[in-house]
Amino acid sequence: MSKCRPLGRSALVLASLLVALSGSVAASAAQPSGRGTITDRTVAWPTWPQWRRVVLLEDYNTRLVLAGTTLLGCAAGTVGSFTLLRKRSLMGDALSHATLPGIGIAFVATTLAGGNGKSLAVLLAGATISGIVGLLAILFIRNATRVKEDAALGIVLSVFFGAGVAVLGVAQQMETGHAAGLEAFIYGKTASMVPLDAQLIGAAGLIVAIVCLLLFKELRLLCFDETFGASRGYPVVALDIVLMGLVVTVTIIGLQAVGLILMIALLVVPACAARFWTERMSVMTIASAAIGALSALLGAGLSALAPNLPSGAMIVLVATCVFLVSMFFAPARGLVARAVRRRTLESKVLRQHLLRAIYERLDTMGNAPTRDESRESAAVAVGELLSMRSWSRRQLEKQIRQCERQGLLRTEESVTLRLTPMGCREAAGTTHRHRLWELFLIRYADVAPAQVDRDADAIEHVLDAPMVAELELLLRQQDAGRAVVASPHALDRPAGPAHG
Amino acid sequence: MSGLDNWNWSFDGWIVLAGALCAVASSLVGNFLVLRRMSLLGDAISHAVLPGLAAAFLISGARESVPMFLGAAAVGVFTALATEWIRGYGKVDEGAAMGVVFTGLFALGLVMIVQAADRVDLDPGCVLYGAIELTPLDTVAVGSWQVPRVVVVLSVVSLVNLFVVVVFFKELKISSFDPALAKTLGINASIMHYLLMTLVAVTAVASFESVGNILVVAMFVVPAATAHLCTDRLSVMIAISAIVGAASAVLGHIGAMVVPQWIGYRSTSTAGMMAVAAGLLFAMTVFLAPRYGVLMKLVRRGRLSLSILAEDVLALFFRDEERHPQGVVRDSAAVRQMLLSGGLSTRAALLVLRRRGDLTLGSHGYSLTDQGRRRAQALVRSHRLWEQYLVESGGLEGSHLHENAERLEHFTDDQLRQRLAAETTGTTVDPHGTPIPPELPQKGAQ
Repeated sequence: MSKCRPLGRSALVLASLLVALSGSVAASAAQPSGRGTITDRTVAWPTWPQWRRVVLLEDYNTRLVLAGTTLLGCAAGTVGSFTLLRKRSLMGDALSHATLPGIGIAFVATTLAGGNGKSLAVLLAGATISGIVGLLAILFIRNATRVKEDAALGIVLSVFFGAGVAVLGVAQQMETGHAAGLEAFIYGKTASMVPLDAQLIGAAGLIVAIVCLLLFKELRLLCFDETFGASRGYPVVALDIVLMGLVVTVTIIGLQAVGLILMIALLVVPACAARFWTERMSVMTIASAAIGALSALLGAGLSALAPNLPSGAMIVLVATCVFLVSMFFAPARGLVARAVRRRTLESKVLRQHLLRAIYERLDTMGNAPTRDESRESAAVAVGELLSMRSWSRRQLEKQIRQCERQGLLRTEESVTLRLTPMGCREAAGTTHRHRLWELFLIRYADVAPAQVDRDADAIEHVLDAPMVAELELLLRQQDAGRAVVASPHALDRPAGPAHG
Repeated sequence: MSGLDNWNWSFDGWIVLAGALCAVASSLVGNFLVLRRMSLLGDAISHAVLPGLAAAFLISGARESVPMFLGAAAVGVFTALATEWIRGYGKVDEGAAMGVVFTGLFALGLVMIVQAADRVDLDPGCVLYGAIELTPLDTVAVGSWQVPRVVVVLSVVSLVNLFVVVVFFKELKISSFDPALAKTLGINASIMHYLLMTLVAVTAVASFESVGNILVVAMFVVPAATAHLCTDRLSVMIAISAIVGAASAVLGHIGAMVVPQWIGYRSTSTAGMMAVAAGLLFAMTVFLAPRYGVLMKLVRRGRLSLSILAEDVLALFFRDEERHPQGVVRDSAAVRQMLLSGGLSTRAALLVLRRRGDLTLGSHGYSLTDQGRRRAQALVRSHRLWEQYLVESGGLEGSHLHENAERLEHFTDDQLRQRLAAETTGTTVDPHGTPIPPELPQKGAQ
């Protein structure tokens, strides 16, 4: 610390990011609990009165902070869901950095002119102008030069932030000495929110909600197919600017209330988490707003319970946890759900391969079961199946054991096996679908009969009942009744690549 | 310059050198980040390393450079890996994946630091955002020289980056532009990717620990983007970006000392001004770059539209003469009325034509010279040949003919016109019934 103090102006300014975020600790520790000293940084399990105070919202300050951050999380989550789908998630990152020079210049200019440079209106105006200039710079660089969007974001982010630090370096030297308080304005003061902050956030949230509701269809179009929207006569550029305007609004209101990193996180993380739960845009927007609100509420609540945990960081961590849970366990697109679906499909594919091999063996023996078979099939030797596909004896035996457990077949001293009636029906159905697809390929896609087996091999598992009915109609096979279609090619070919 | 009175080579020289080294080291790898559209990775990494630093503190219990560096570099690489992993397995947009990873890690680091603060003397600002102004104070002995530690560290990083870029230039190039091609050529694109990510993490950590994180984030992106506007060759681009980076370091430090004095204050943040200087160089390039510059594009477009307008004026006079063989004189206003062109551009076109000797200005207005008539005749011939060709071979109908021929006539040279004449059926009138003027003999044959 001592090494830092005498010289590093930029370090001092930048340090405020952390200090202000962790500074909320000190602010929320200002409650009359009387526990520990200011240097006591340990996190103790909260006592019952603390629980009651937070959960029942007894404290005015707690109420205010929880309401403010929750509203902000809700607004940011809503906007974030659009920017995520527009692949502009880090726009908030760039824009929040781009507000810095505006804040600095507004402060310096107003102070030089003899006004109160720290007035919220002045700083917000500076931040807004600077943010809009940054936004225009990004759009200009992206549209008028060959520099890509990501580099445009990086350029605006770093150059504007550098300019801001340079301006604040001057502001630090101002006679008024108020500049020291400036960082709190810039980097947030979550736990020491005043009613005005909450009101501002509420107003911004309302604007965001109304605009998103009114322009939902248009914004959705913008996110998914900009070119189509333009061709239908929608003003896509104006819509783009409206969306970016929403990002700027939320960012600026949020910045001075909760800080830089938290603002970025609230714009990105809830939307990402919501994306795992649904494929519908409207549901996703609502889920994103809800996750944002919930993370903010929980994070701020935890911080109020254990005052040594900085609230900004806690909100981000809660949101990150929600994201991780969503990524793994969400039913729609979560990793676990996707893995389970893949495993189910894989095991179905392996099972049906075995069943069809048995069926084809039975077919060449001349006693093929029908698709509504009610008797056990004839016996098939396991050794004969081995040459039907490119599988090893171990794989084959493992698959036979699996099917036996599922009651599809019955082995006899592990040298022969018989399909149960249920197994007969599935084997016949799979083979039926396989041959229908082969016929379709031969008749409509002009594929040589010797080549169709492999293509049908992949398709047979995913043809559903309506598709089968349509194929039957198309190929005039409905008169076949419940029998299986005859194979369009010889079955007793030796095993080879065409049969793999 | 009055602002540089207290310039001191043994002090400011080292600061500029540190900044320039940081710029060179960052821009060497930054080119590949920009080409791979991962420009914000530097920003993400420099925020995300906080838990690595905190963990290094908690484990080593002291503010040692080496564990700090290792911890930060490890988390930096982890950031790149986690971003890649979330993007690939979670099917999340790359920017969003980056946002999730770095904000989450930053928050984690913040909580860890708050918990660690009572055990070690630790100021996150000082750790994360070293100040470039402090550079000359912390020196190590190299031989008999006292060299700032930062300069030594950044020199090593620059050399390592240079070494990797030179040795793996071909591999990095191919895997940046076309990962699929790289794979078919037997280059492991993902190893190249992770090598690059490691370099980015090491460079980011080494730089911001010593010279501040604004600088390194700016230097990863801005010089490379500037160079990208100047050239299409990767090797030239890397060289230009290094020069731009170094130049912005020098300009930035001078700017930090001089600019605040204009409004009566002492010097301001050097790192911030270096970023601003790089931004100004980029802005200049955006407008003035020879091929991709906005201004150059405008100039090229303006010249093209002026020459097209001038040709249209010639053709107008030629058609007038066809209708009124006694000769026609028009003034500028009459030309504007016929061509619906703007006042300024019409005057410019007429001026160009007069300078070139295609028009003469008499007392009543302009008329064609012999040279102008020859040019106009070639142009009108092109126009009518195109119309005929479009009817015969293109199967186009009446109303579209004129518009298309009007566009094509300006880009038709002698050779193409001869080809057109050969392709059409040797008719002497165009589809509207107007005679096609004959091809004039070449000037030399006259």
